[in-house]
Amino acid sequence: MSTATTRRRRAPGAPDWLREVLRRPAGVIGVVIILGLLIVAAVSLFWTPQNPFDVDPFHQWQGPSAKHPFGTTGTGQDIFSYLFAGTRTTVAVAFLSSVVAAIVGLAFGALGSLTARRVRESIAVLIDILIAFPTLLIAIMLAAVFGSSLWTVVIAVGIGFGVNIARVSRGEIRRVARADYVVAAQASGSGPWRILREHLLPNIAPVFIVQLSLSAAVAVLAEAGLSFLGYGVSSATPSWGRMLSILQNYVTIYPATVVWPGLAITITVLGFNLFGDALREATDPRLRRSRRGAGDAGKEATRVS
Amino acid sequence: MIRFLLTRIALLVVGLAVASILIFFTLRVLPGDVAQVIGGTQASPAQVAAIRTELGLDRPIWQQYGDWIGGLVRLDLGRSLITHTPVADELGQKLQVTLPLAGLSLLFGLVIGVPLGVVSALRHRKVSGFLLSGAAQAVAAVPVVFAGVLLIVVFALTLKALPTQGFPLDGWREPGRALQALILPALTIALVEGAVILRFTRSAALEALGQDYVRTAASKGMTTTRALITHGLPNVLLSVVSVIGIQIAGLIVGAVIVEALFQLPGVGRMLVSDVGNRDFTKVQSELLVLTALILVVGTAVDITHRLIDPRERERA
Repeated sequence: MSTATTRRRRAPGAPDWLREVLRRPAGVIGVVIILGLLIVAAVSLFWTPQNPFDVDPFHQWQGPSAKHPFGTTGTGQDIFSYLFAGTRTTVAVAFLSSVVAAIVGLAFGALGSLTARRVRESIAVLIDILIAFPTLLIAIMLAAVFGSSLWTVVIAVGIGFGVNIARVSRGEIRRVARADYVVAAQASGSGPWRILREHLLPNIAPVFIVQLSLSAAVAVLAEAGLSFLGYGVSSATPSWGRMLSILQNYVTIYPATVVWPGLAITITVLGFNLFGDALREATDPRLRRSRRGAGDAGKEATRVS
Repeated sequence: MIRFLLTRIALLVVGLAVASILIFFTLRVLPGDVAQVIGGTQASPAQVAAIRTELGLDRPIWQQYGDWIGGLVRLDLGRSLITHTPVADELGQKLQVTLPLAGLSLLFGLVIGVPLGVVSALRHRKVSGFLLSGAAQAVAAVPVVFAGVLLIVVFALTLKALPTQGFPLDGWREPGRALQALILPALTIALVEGAVILRFTRSAALEALGQDYVRTAASKGMTTTRALITHGLPNVLLSVVSVIGIQIAGLIVGAVIVEALFQLPGVGRMLVSDVGNRDFTKVQSELLVLTALILVVGTAVDITHRLIDPRERERA
């Protein structure tokens, strides 16, 4: 019954859910995209092909070349280097938003499932109301009050998607909390923290990670939308959304340049969505039983921005 | 049934109340004195105080909230802090752009998403079905701005078919021109939302295909397509109705971005510029109107779903 035996019983290497994900083509593509994103982001902290902020008035709007694979902007900035450096902003936004969403989701989810009936049901109603607030409107509201920064995006997506997570995890926590092994653990004297750490969290983890992956996708899209509306990260931070919104102004003259930031965002969002979908398929027993994805119409990825 | 209707409407009212409280009090945390902003840097403290009194900013915050809600009920949303024109008038005008835009987007999205979703379900074992659902997955990942830019390149620059900017100044006086101005923006939203609708429809149709009554019909000699259309379609359409409820938020948010991209004089663009001006009597009403739109449509969809689903009807 001790922690040591539980640890020993666990299979070495990758957790089961990850191995299941990697058995699916969609999962492999998702994992590859996410890993690529992380690697580029890490490298960009030390090295970028060229200085992304270098302005070069003699090389404006250059086409693709060996020196500038994606061409240059109207100020002669190298688009490839800028996007390369912008990867870390994307990763930061996606990661931090998911952390905030996880905290909000877990807090509301636990309050909405483990408390007294009155409280529980009021929280459920509150969650249903908050879900109607689109992330982008929350972000605009926060930007109006606190000005625009990376944190506006992070907090808005964290709250906006957190309530979605709360709705999903609420049911999940209730299901697990009533399971025999939790009741048995309670009976044998485990405290609430121990039950939370050893039984609740591991069992809701797959469902939770699916939601976090989708929230990362939403965060990347929200950053693009907010940058376009003028509420993005500060101009000292390289960001894909900013590059997209700058280049779209010149779409009538230089339509080719706008493709690069657009593709970068699309591929990243696709990666997070594919990973989330593959993980859901791999871990949802209802989905595994019926290979066709029956009974799951309501669980498709939703777009909130 | 009546019980269900009443609970649903009560929930809508509670939802609107919570939304209004959240919006009002979040905006009141606004740093910086609005009166100072309006008065300008040259204003004397007395002038600033006069502006505060004029705007009612010196009164208790609950009273200010009460005034706003009291006005809302009478469709009086107060006056702009900057231009002093009634907010309701301007909002009504902007809604004439945003509502048709959202409606048209939904229409296009359904026209794109539902038939293709059914097709991709029918061909789920063939390459074409796989490609279709893969394409939907990819399109659903495209940011709205990028989707709009791509459509501009294709329809406006290459085909030279549709206008890319602006809305007739005289509004709907010439319906043809107004509608034309909305087509490309609506298509932009519909492309992205249609991809999501496609995936929902596909799941629902796949589920219907697995049902015994569809399989029986198919085994008695109907083609799978016919069996699905004659027997499975009601169920598919039911889930399409629920999708509308979920996607309405996407439509509204899409409208905010698309109005900025295509320079349409709608609520979204008004909201963005008012946030810039810190005109918070306008911002609070605009946010509430957009949220109310989502809540009301959500409730309507829920009720419709209940009305047209015979299983739910019997249970009630």
